Amino acid sequence: MSLLQVKNLVVEFSSRHGVLRALDGISFDIAPGEILGVVGESGAGKSLTGASIIGLLEPPGRIASGEIVLQGQRIDQLNNDQMRSIRGRKIGAIFQDPLTSLNPLYSVGKQLVETIQAHLPLSDAEARQRAIGLLEDTGIPAAAERIDHFPHQFSGGMRQRVVIALALAAEPQLIVADEPTTALDVSIQAQIISLLKNICKQRGAAVMLITHDMGVIAETCDRVAVMYAGRIVEVGPVQQVIHKPAHPYTAGLMASIPDMAVDRERLNQIDGAMPRLNAIPKGCAFNPRCPQVLERCRHERPELIQGVQLQNQLPTQVACWLTSTPQTEGRL
Amino acid sequence: MSAEKKSPASTVDQPLVVAHDLAKTFDVSATWLSRVIEGKPRQLLKAVDGVSFEIERGKTLALVGESGCGKSTVARLLVGLYEPTRGGFQFDGKDAYAAFKSNDAKAMRKRIQMIFQDPYASLNPRWTVEAIVGEPLHEHGLIQNEQDLKERVAELLQSVGLSALDMVKFPHQFSGGQRQRISIARALASAPEFLVCDEPTSALDVSVQAQVLNIMKDLQRKRGLTYLFISHNLAVVRHVSDNVGVMYLGQLVELADKHSLFRNPQHPYTRMLLDAIPKMKDTGRARTPVQGEVPNPLNPPTGCSFHPRCPLANERCKTERPVLKSLHGIKVACHASEEGRHE
Amino acid sequence: MANPISRWLNTDVGYSFQQSKTAMAAALIAFVFIFCAVFAQWIAPYDPFDAASLELTDSRLPPAWAEEGSLKYLLGTDDQGRDILSALMYGTRISLVVGLASVLLSILVGVGLGLVAGFRGGWLDAVLMRLCDVMLSFPAILVALLIAGVGRALFPQADDSLAFGVLIISISLTGWVQYARTVRGTTLVERQKEYVQAARVTGVAPMRIMFRHVLPNVLGPVLVLATIQVATAIITEATLSFLGVGVPPTSPSLGTLIRIGNDFLFSGEWWITIFPGVTLVLIALSVNLLGDWLRDALNPRLR
Repeated sequence: MSLLQVKNLVVEFSSRHGVLRALDGISFDIAPGEILGVVGESGAGKSLTGASIIGLLEPPGRIASGEIVLQGQRIDQLNNDQMRSIRGRKIGAIFQDPLTSLNPLYSVGKQLVETIQAHLPLSDAEARQRAIGLLEDTGIPAAAERIDHFPHQFSGGMRQRVVIALALAAEPQLIVADEPTTALDVSIQAQIISLLKNICKQRGAAVMLITHDMGVIAETCDRVAVMYAGRIVEVGPVQQVIHKPAHPYTAGLMASIPDMAVDRERLNQIDGAMPRLNAIPKGCAFNPRCPQVLERCRHERPELIQGVQLQNQLPTQVACWLTSTPQTEGRL
Repeated sequence: MSAEKKSPASTVDQPLVVAHDLAKTFDVSATWLSRVIEGKPRQLLKAVDGVSFEIERGKTLALVGESGCGKSTVARLLVGLYEPTRGGFQFDGKDAYAAFKSNDAKAMRKRIQMIFQDPYASLNPRWTVEAIVGEPLHEHGLIQNEQDLKERVAELLQSVGLSALDMVKFPHQFSGGQRQRISIARALASAPEFLVCDEPTSALDVSVQAQVLNIMKDLQRKRGLTYLFISHNLAVVRHVSDNVGVMYLGQLVELADKHSLFRNPQHPYTRMLLDAIPKMKDTGRARTPVQGEVPNPLNPPTGCSFHPRCPLANERCKTERPVLKSLHGIKVACHASEEGRHE
Repeated sequence: MANPISRWLNTDVGYSFQQSKTAMAAALIAFVFIFCAVFAQWIAPYDPFDAASLELTDSRLPPAWAEEGSLKYLLGTDDQGRDILSALMYGTRISLVVGLASVLLSILVGVGLGLVAGFRGGWLDAVLMRLCDVMLSFPAILVALLIAGVGRALFPQADDSLAFGVLIISISLTGWVQYARTVRGTTLVERQKEYVQAARVTGVAPMRIMFRHVLPNVLGPVLVLATIQVATAIITEATLSFLGVGVPPTSPSLGTLIRIGNDFLFSGEWWITIFPGVTLVLIALSVNLLGDWLRDALNPRLR
């Protein structure tokens, strides 16, 4: 059974200019222990998806329709109190900026113990032991001493490790990580990515990794979902999506990333820009920029359907008329 | 065209930019009152500590490094936003800092321009695009009248892939990638020869970055521009540069042409950086990320500043600071390289 | 064909205005007062300061709706037969003029000093900020009293216009500090931004950068402050006039009228002091409400 199921999630913002659809029917699953990457450019809606799942959607944004189901229980319509008991215990969160994720006025240990005791029936001493164990697992040296230090006494990379420890404190089954390494230096990024991957695999926690960096996705994730203009255009095993993308947007995106291995005079570019929320084209949102656009794309919006499934791999899903039009089946 | 430029090989071959022992130290001490009352010492930050390099005409030198390495400070030193604590650079054979201080500073400033990282803060939100792109034209007296200005601005906007009609709009009406193009148009207004680009695409999405990098390369080819390109993204650097300099804590640790650096990196830090880049091919392989973090620049390690994180560090590395030396056609500052100790 | 007003109503700020009933009501009230003040000469039924037109027999008449009142004097008359309604209109004009002028002066001094302090930094900044701290530790009324008193002592023979000038200066002397601090803070932020650095790279002179680049971007909060300070300035002027050190008696402002009327309060002629008082409160209230609304409308985080 899936750990998390998102079905046709629609998130809207009401402004004086009208109602804007930021997420337009998002559907995906996360299996227990799986690492799913959610990739897309700014404005695609990936952070909003994460925020909706954790229940931190800020008004005037609201979930207009659709379902979010965690371990068989619907969580999109819970009130604040109910959501609070889910957050931490079942879902952990890691955000981009470690500086603002931690309260600067309390010691790291106090914040960890507070989270642990909010969800698990442990005494003070037990909680503290657990906290020290968590800090050691996330690679903080001299954890027994540093537990009483304050956030400003840690460096950027160390702070992000503390944030990871905090997210895992109550043993959640799902971690939502929103750009966890974007604010860090490249060498620290590598450390944090490998830490996240290992520690989650060890504890059997699934991860929803939201980022715009395809390299990070390639290194950590099992599957990846590509988002564009509030919709998912492709989902599949990471290697397949990167090397054999089925959707023209994914293909264009992969081709525009400068490659360490190949020298090119010009980078492949996708002309134009992602449409604004109030100007999403009719039919397929990508159609004005698509090099392989069909007439049908301009009027009908393609649904996410089963695409090519390679041997021993998880299935892919693509939202593109090219995939589902009979005469192009042979191409893939 | 001055007579100087038409003279034979010697001036044309001479590199456009020659930086020599550039250094910049910032005084980040607490205020005088706090120091007296609390007895705090003076604190000096050596952001750049003796950096030398050359850039030939029409070529791109990229400076790479992580936060705190001083690459942004070098960029600002080269456009005259900071004055160096030590050293200087020659621009087209002339002492640049003397020129910046002289009455003829404008002539120098006309030839050197800069593109910044943040597309949202690099354009004045209250000015129209026409005013923004036209400002250098006004400053350097390059236009005669209003009509002239509009024509020149239209030309510049078109050369970066925007439309002439965009000149009446305000910055907030444009996306990040478009704003960066406006920045480029502004930088090109005075027809400079040398462009310093401080992380120009770091704040942009990947597909937008591709557009902007392509434009920059096209412009370089068409106008014979020379670039100093600052970035932390090695893949981008690989795409745009001819030569690459790797910086760590204010010093250049390796300086080589692009192919040598990426194929055969000498300095342990360069190797670590290259290794740390998440690769899209062969995923899932076990990498050994190097431990440790960049030390506090206020209190750098003794000797070679990389030694606490270096797998090849020996006693000499802890006490003696390595100097940038030539080695098989590239320059590297490393005792292990010099001694032939690296594997 | 869109005229400026309908175009403004279409902006975010204009839209927020239409949403806020308070703001619209406050704007209406303020508009009525300003209109009366500007056109007092034409719409006031009498000229209360023309001694020749006064009829002593009509003195101390209550407002029109009371017994003994008459429709000739809608809000009653004072002890010299002056029509209260007309006196209010002329008095409002004086109050508004003094209020606006002192705010304008405060802005000029405050924004100028704040801009220079933020842009230059260093010792100039430190000195100016300490000056601000010192100014803030004095209560505004005391400073105004001091200056007004000193002014009168120095120039006892001076005519009315000097008295006005002294009054305006004394009110603005305590008002400029807020502008200086706000503008300094915003200037410090803007100075670091890349568009300022781009101008420096191009070789634009520092003064030009300060006025043409930075100044337009620091004026936002100034507008909100100014609106609220107009109310404060009007009340300060009223206080000073009440105490007798404000406007000269020949051009009574609302404060003067309140003072005059105060003497008659306990003999039952309440209208002479109450009406000016109510007017003062309404003006200050409406301007304050407008300022509150403007601050919220301009705050990008609340949108």
